[in-house]
Amino acid sequence: MITNLLAADRGVLRVLERNARANLRMWPLFLSGLVEPLLYLLSIGVGLTALVGPVSAPDGRAVSYEEFLAPAMLAVSAMNTAVINTTFVFFHKFKYAGTFDAMLTTPLDVRDMVRGELAWALACTTAYACVFLATMAAMGLTGSAWCVLAVPAATLIGFAFAGAGLGLATFMRSYVDFDYVHVVVTPLFLFSATFFPIDRYPSLLAQLLRLSPLYQGIALQRALVAGHLTPGLLIHVGFLTLMGWLGLRLASRRLRLLLQP
Amino acid sequence: MTQGPEKPAVRRRGDRAGVVAVRPVLAQVEREARVWARMWRGTTLTGVALPWLVLAAMGLGLGGMVDQRGDAFAGLGYLVFVAPGLLAGAAVQFAAGAATWPVMGGMKWTGSFHAATATPLAPMDVYGGFVLWIGIRLAMNAVAFLVAAVLLGAVPSAWGVLAVPAAVLGGLAVATPLAAFAATQDSDQSFELVERLVVVPMFLLSGTFFPVDQLPGALRLLVGVAPLWHAVELCRGATTGSLGVLAGAGHTTVLAGYLALGAWWGARTFPRRLAA
Repeated sequence: MITNLLAADRGVLRVLERNARANLRMWPLFLSGLVEPLLYLLSIGVGLTALVGPVSAPDGRAVSYEEFLAPAMLAVSAMNTAVINTTFVFFHKFKYAGTFDAMLTTPLDVRDMVRGELAWALACTTAYACVFLATMAAMGLTGSAWCVLAVPAATLIGFAFAGAGLGLATFMRSYVDFDYVHVVVTPLFLFSATFFPIDRYPSLLAQLLRLSPLYQGIALQRALVAGHLTPGLLIHVGFLTLMGWLGLRLASRRLRLLLQP
Repeated sequence: MTQGPEKPAVRRRGDRAGVVAVRPVLAQVEREARVWARMWRGTTLTGVALPWLVLAAMGLGLGGMVDQRGDAFAGLGYLVFVAPGLLAGAAVQFAAGAATWPVMGGMKWTGSFHAATATPLAPMDVYGGFVLWIGIRLAMNAVAFLVAAVLLGAVPSAWGVLAVPAAVLGGLAVATPLAAFAATQDSDQSFELVERLVVVPMFLLSGTFFPVDQLPGALRLLVGVAPLWHAVELCRGATTGSLGVLAGAGHTTVLAGYLALGAWWGARTFPRRLAA
């Protein structure tokens, strides 16, 4: 399904090229996107490891707090990159910069734009994930060689959030509405078993929190980084794929209404 | 750029150098307040709900794990340790956001600052009112945060009320220089860089989540000049009732210094930009 959506036809490539060129001109900004998740890992991870005891990993081993936090930050980074690109950046292009109106005067159509923006968000997510994973490996925070699967998993998390972000961005009226993005993203960040295991919640609440898409992503990343591969991981994959796909359908439909006369 | 011919040749009230009159500043505050009153829902939702969420996740959830381990915070528990850090940290993060992008908006995107200077308001009044409004928002947020912290049992001392002015001062120590800086910028690209390379590291390392003595020496020195660290120390001293007079005066002086330096800078950059 994803390959179908990302079928690299010319239109998508043109949009990708446009974004790559625009971002190349502000490369410090592009690179700085890497810094935030690494900082969380290096500060909270390292600072709290001394304060927090060992935590149990998906495969039952007791690991240090850093090792517990790192895969979660990998997932958070994917979520943030996807959300920022598909909401704030997208809305700016849509409403203020007139980027999409400009594109419509070329042979590109709305489908190309949606898929092109999505492809760009995923390219960023993937690039950041590679660097983050390499840092984790250098710090000795990866459990097995299966951890390379964390990169496509980050892309998948990016897909889920980019799809949802694009869908919701079409409903935004002004920058003020972006407070609602924070209203959604911040609780996800805080309560998706990011900083402490989900079994610390009362069991009913824990069941509810499993529905958090970020939890799905974090659980997937923790298992992959630890090399603990089980058939149950396919549920996370299915959840994230469905979420991204639904968001994309919504975005395409809305944008066709909003942009085409 | 020289002043256009449409600028009045007479010395306007606003041209008085360095003297700030109260009424024009309040007019700018009123403008910001009126805009806010039309879209307060989203920001209030975040302002009121966020403290509960953050305190629950970091103080209770993560804190539960920290406290299980042992008695690292003089028997007070991690929630009591982290709450004032989060209060000051939230203030500084809010201030950094509120003092950058909206300045670009007023200068460039909507031009509301230029519109204001077409009235009897001077650039200094716009700057003063803009920053004062950030201070008011900081106070609103800090009160909401403190209420949540008190109700969750994170504030053992009645001196805790002083954490509100401390957080406001910390926020303004960041807002005044950043707003001054924002007025010198031609695009908002640098704001994202400031956010990611200055504000977020400061938020994570200034004794917010863990004591600064866990940091390596060089980094500790750097944190020593961070306004947030001083604000965290003030807030934590207030909520735990453990702040000495001398330390309190020291941290307050540093923050007031940042504020004054920022105001001095803003008094230059705002008129320069708005005269163009």
